[in-house]
Amino acid sequence: MHRIEVRLKPHLPDPSGRGLVKDIQDLGIQGIVDVRVVEVYWLESNLAQDKLELIAGSLLADKITQDYWYGQTEVVKDNANGYQIIEVAYNAGVTDPVKDSVMKAIRDLGILNVRAVATAKKYLLRGQVTPSEMDTIASRLLVNPIVQHVVNQDSVQFPESPQYTFSFIKVPLIQASAAQLEKIRQDYGFSPKEFAVITSYYQTKEGRDPSDVELETLAQTWSEHCVHKTFKGKYHYDGTTIDNLFKSTIVKATKDLNKPWCLSVFEDNAGVIEFDNYWALCFKVETHNHPSAVEPYGGASTGIGGVLRDPMGTGLGAKPILNTDVFCFAPPDYPAEKLPKGVLHPRRIFKGVRAGVADYANRMGIPTPNGAILFDERYLGNPLVYCGTVGLIPKSIARRQTHKSGDLIIVVGGRTGRDGIHGATFSSVQLHEKSSEVSFSAVQIGNPIVEKKMLDVLLQARDLGLYSRITDCGAGGLSSAVGEMGAETGARVDLDKVPLKYSGLTYAEIWISEAQERMVLAVPPENRDAILKLFANEDVEAAVIGEFTDNKRLQLDYQGLMVCDLDMEFLHKGVPQIEAEAVWHQPRFDEPEFADINMEDELKKVLGSWNTCSKEWVIRQYDHEVQGGSVLKPLVGVNNDGPGDAVVIKPVLNSDMGAVVANGINTRYGDIDPYWMAASAIDEALRQIIAVGGNLKKIAILDNFCWGLPNTPEMLGALVRAAQACHDMSLAFGVPFISGKDSFNNEYEYEGKRIAIPHTLLISSIGVIDNVNKVISMDLKAMGDALYILGVTGNELGGSEYFARHQATGNNVPRVDPQAARQTMEALSLAIEKGLVKACHDCSEGGLGVAVAEMAFSGGLGAVIYLKNVPRTGPLYRNDYVFFSESNSRFIVEVAPENEVEFIRIMKGIDCAQIGHVSQEEVLQVHGLAGELVMKAPLAELKEAWQKPLRW
Amino acid sequence: MKKVNVLVLRGPGSNCDQETAFAFQQAGAAASLCHINQLIRRDRRITDYQIFVIPGGFTYGDDIAAGRILGNELKLKLGDDIRRFVESGGLILGICNGFQVMTKSGILPEMGSPQAPPLTLTHNDSGRFECRWVNLLINKKSPCVFTQGLDSIYLPVAHGEGKVVTDIRGLRELNSVLYYTDEAGDRRAGYPHNPNGSMDNIAGVCDSTGRIFALMPHPERHIRFTQHPQWTRKKAREFGDGLAIFQNAVKFARSK
Repeated sequence: MHRIEVRLKPHLPDPSGRGLVKDIQDLGIQGIVDVRVVEVYWLESNLAQDKLELIAGSLLADKITQDYWYGQTEVVKDNANGYQIIEVAYNAGVTDPVKDSVMKAIRDLGILNVRAVATAKKYLLRGQVTPSEMDTIASRLLVNPIVQHVVNQDSVQFPESPQYTFSFIKVPLIQASAAQLEKIRQDYGFSPKEFAVITSYYQTKEGRDPSDVELETLAQTWSEHCVHKTFKGKYHYDGTTIDNLFKSTIVKATKDLNKPWCLSVFEDNAGVIEFDNYWALCFKVETHNHPSAVEPYGGASTGIGGVLRDPMGTGLGAKPILNTDVFCFAPPDYPAEKLPKGVLHPRRIFKGVRAGVADYANRMGIPTPNGAILFDERYLGNPLVYCGTVGLIPKSIARRQTHKSGDLIIVVGGRTGRDGIHGATFSSVQLHEKSSEVSFSAVQIGNPIVEKKMLDVLLQARDLGLYSRITDCGAGGLSSAVGEMGAETGARVDLDKVPLKYSGLTYAEIWISEAQERMVLAVPPENRDAILKLFANEDVEAAVIGEFTDNKRLQLDYQGLMVCDLDMEFLHKGVPQIEAEAVWHQPRFDEPEFADINMEDELKKVLGSWNTCSKEWVIRQYDHEVQGGSVLKPLVGVNNDGPGDAVVIKPVLNSDMGAVVANGINTRYGDIDPYWMAASAIDEALRQIIAVGGNLKKIAILDNFCWGLPNTPEMLGALVRAAQACHDMSLAFGVPFISGKDSFNNEYEYEGKRIAIPHTLLISSIGVIDNVNKVISMDLKAMGDALYILGVTGNELGGSEYFARHQATGNNVPRVDPQAARQTMEALSLAIEKGLVKACHDCSEGGLGVAVAEMAFSGGLGAVIYLKNVPRTGPLYRNDYVFFSESNSRFIVEVAPENEVEFIRIMKGIDCAQIGHVSQEEVLQVHGLAGELVMKAPLAELKEAWQKPLRW
Repeated sequence: MKKVNVLVLRGPGSNCDQETAFAFQQAGAAASLCHINQLIRRDRRITDYQIFVIPGGFTYGDDIAAGRILGNELKLKLGDDIRRFVESGGLILGICNGFQVMTKSGILPEMGSPQAPPLTLTHNDSGRFECRWVNLLINKKSPCVFTQGLDSIYLPVAHGEGKVVTDIRGLRELNSVLYYTDEAGDRRAGYPHNPNGSMDNIAGVCDSTGRIFALMPHPERHIRFTQHPQWTRKKAREFGDGLAIFQNAVKFARSK
């Protein structure tokens, strides 16, 4: 065995070490002044000096910037140089992408006798710290025991692979006592109602006991994560019975709207709409919450890796062209000493999630130009990680496909390991303080290059017509993918043929493993050789593991024995429907009482709140330009740092048509009324698209519900109300839902206490733009232009950013008048289409005040605003309330003087008023309801307030 | 008119291949993608093309160091082909990861020259991957055929390991082609104008012939006007700044 260390030359600064010094200071430990990171490689081999020199000196180290050292086991005496040392390595069985690359490169050097490679990182820390502070640095920053350990003398670099001796496990069900039955039920996580159905199935239909892998298959297929039981439940609500909440609200609206350009809705891995005569766009947003709570980097990276495979597994396979990510965390300044046991600090979760998603998306070469980040203390133990992907696919193959009996089942991409065992069931229960100890196998670290290689070949195979159907291996692994594909025909799989990362997996583990970067294809037998060759050409693993049958059974063989033989009908349709009471009571909050405020100070505070502040630090670490289609970027304006509304790309490079993507989310409104929260999220997701020049004619939306434990009538009542709003708004705006997702049990339990997340609904929107050359950005363009507001401002500060700053919720939640909103949006689309609008920004968190400030400092131009001109409704007598109200369906619009007549003509019948103009002086000047001057704030100060919080 | 054939290399983790090929097509060339295994198996040969492009991406996940593993592979498995291609007058363009690959494989700063000054790319001073637009000043004295006639251009960067490192001799002898500047064109501008801390603000380098050129910024991401981050504030133009780099290459190859 050889150990090689590579480190930067001493005179060069170590940027990653410097980042760690900052992170250590964030932990409240000030003593560390210098950190350097050393790369450690272990080679399992017995190499001559010249070979080692070649590997270390010309492959692993860059001689211009780095020094290297190699030897047997002795380490460099860094502690003699005043450093304290922490060396960190991955746990056995955790994916280490680097070791595969190193193996390959060593083979390229012509050295073939290196049997294995392991890597580690050695952190050298200099400074005055106590041993307990060192422990804190290790445990809170450098090591996550879920996937890593600190290396010591007893550590083994190349552990023996565990061996597995096949023994077939039957679960005694038919003769079991009541107590034994209850234990089995709990072991597999079935509800009593589900377990009764299963027991009866084995007694009457099969007349035998189940095997363990059969129960695992049922548990996975019937998990909340996979079958969405709660959303499909029957609820008694407000004197009526709602049978299948999902179908009777969201799906129903789409059916009633019956848009001919909706090509595939709610039936495939992503929803699909028409783009042009040849192309279609598909869109899916997923959540990856629980894994991200315990291992932020790995959890989030597999979240984006997983959602990318949804478009890839839609129709005959789409090319991912855009990502959108929405994260919900507790505030980064949450006091560390108040953290519940078992919870990672929100700052660490934030940084880990950001890095995990960006590293994966950037390596896949998919732009991430859209997203949002929300903060609320209730996300402390259970952060939310939404990842969404848009794909491009020819219309002719965009619909869900079918395969024939006799088609081969081929698994492609990554190998199967023990990673992600029970991920689907893990994400279907709430988290608790022991989660991070029991969940290690549910968390994985993705390998984006494996996925990229797979994607590259899949698109070639698709275009050659080599496979008849495709789906992704997501939650539930092969069990879910093959089980769902074979639902109508039947499938037989030989588990011995599944390529494994290492030995020691049981047959059940092979079947339910959620190892990443895998897809399953149905391939006509005559294409077998051609498709295997295509994958082999680019070094992508592909293996025939079975075939689709015609007996409508799911059959698995292992070492010559049939270990699973289930009726497909029962597997997919047998799950009993949930039935429950749902109620909704309007809560009452105190209305805040405060006066004598300083508007400028208030505006700076609102601009600098975690929710409103600039997210540039995050945005810049995503590649938002790759693929070359960028038209409207996430950062716009005279200094490329203003907060754009929707993002616009050209999916097809030689066409002027565009795709526009946005999102709407505001959880605080849901504390008052989930109905208006959902309506507001839809309004926001639409108005962002309209603000850049999109059009209601062709916009589709996705729903993404994250809720707490759905076991109380109140929790379910909130869900019913939000779903009803989705139905009502979808119909009223004429905007169909095409896909969605729901995640329940988002709660954290510790020391007998529970934190449920706020009801969270993300609405993601996608639209088609006929001519990208006509879209506009939100930054002010020219002095002397008029500023208009569209829409009515009411006393709607309930759940607002402004009230939150005053520690209040209030009751007047923003409502949506979809008829008025639709008229406003249609008129605005027309005005932009005619080239009459130079800049437009919607009013969202922080209302008109934040919108105008952002427009001004993004354009580097001042503005004068007269609040008395703002069209108002209801009792609204305070300047600050007009300024910060979050009434929906409002836009601030910049119009050049020569276009005002035409603009006003188009706005006939719309609530529209001139509220000011663009000025030369770089200040935001606001006059109150009585015409008095209430603010004259330098733009530089406003911008600084907005940029400072997340300038990390 | 003579047809110019461009080969855009693909490897595990390449991801700017399609838009780079598109940019060459917009510049009038015939561009096709080619997986490195096809070249290694001799199914296709670089020498059948006039321009060889190593596009952006994260080949092999940037494992060990960005560009290291593909660079190793090119050097060991295709070294002779590349040498012949260069000797016969071919052009090589490396963008972003392509630049990294070309320094790690020794194609730059001077292919097959052990006397060449040291040149490598390392982690950005910020310690972060960053995507941002940069002002670039062209070195008018450079022999680079790709930048002929250009004064300054505006392009995006998107990388984590783009800091050019060399030594005193390198600063004197390297054929620097473009430099990061601020809006006023000042070559001494610091972060974020110089987004990675490159020595002497060097953003791109060519060899002594001027036919082998690599840069960290992405010219293929600014070939049309509406890719400019401030196009909604500006008067419409026909093309983006980056297109000229592809047009120059095609023009040069055509004239041979």
